[in-house]
Amino acid sequence: MKILVTTADFNLTTEVNALRANQPKIGAVVSFVGLVRDINHDHSVACMELEHYPAMTEKSLQEIVIAAQQRWQVIDATIIHRVGKLSPCDQIVLVAVASMHRHDAFAACEFIMDYLKTRAPFWKKEHTSDGAHWVDARESDELAQQRWTKPTPH
Amino acid sequence: MNIQLLYFAKLREQLGVSAETLDLPDGAAMVAMLLDVLRARGGVWTEALAAGGSFRVAVNQELAEMTMPLEEGDEVAIFPPVTGG
Repeated sequence: MKILVTTADFNLTTEVNALRANQPKIGAVVSFVGLVRDINHDHSVACMELEHYPAMTEKSLQEIVIAAQQRWQVIDATIIHRVGKLSPCDQIVLVAVASMHRHDAFAACEFIMDYLKTRAPFWKKEHTSDGAHWVDARESDELAQQRWTKPTPH
Repeated sequence: MNIQLLYFAKLREQLGVSAETLDLPDGAAMVAMLLDVLRARGGVWTEALAAGGSFRVAVNQELAEMTMPLEEGDEVAIFPPVTGG
């Protein structure tokens, strides 16, 4: 498992290659990359700052990966989350999950992102034409996380 | 009983403090009671930490409920709902 919180950018290909290196049991890798948009709630975003709670961040991300591993067949996973100052088009977050089969990789990747959005201690402050403001949490993110706690049909 | 308190993001700016050590009365050894002690400071503390308000509490880097007991030396962080990803 690789968990990294950093100000530096990342390279998707490099990270996926490292994740699957010398692991012939891996049959599927699903990756998600989150990006900074230039518009949020009709405001033009010039840049944003990402704050986090260093002592808790990596620990909470590790727990999310472990929860995914208990639920799906996950061979390995990488999470990279950037902090500091970011601009539109910048990469913010990478979640890559390696599994034997695609179903587990797709589901675990989405699960990890949904939990990261609602449990990992990061906060965005946007600098817009109207000044700087902290981004409010979205109820849709909370609902996306809660659907994983409902009993599954099978 | 000494508790290390941390505040993040919008809450840190509203309260004007990022960290403090608080000597909590021995009878207040629970998250809910710690919040009562902080609200009793009045003004922005009462507003920002109003019951049912939009904030989360972590004890020793784990998200915690109001009933979570506190012990000497615990690190308690109070922050807005998270917005990463």
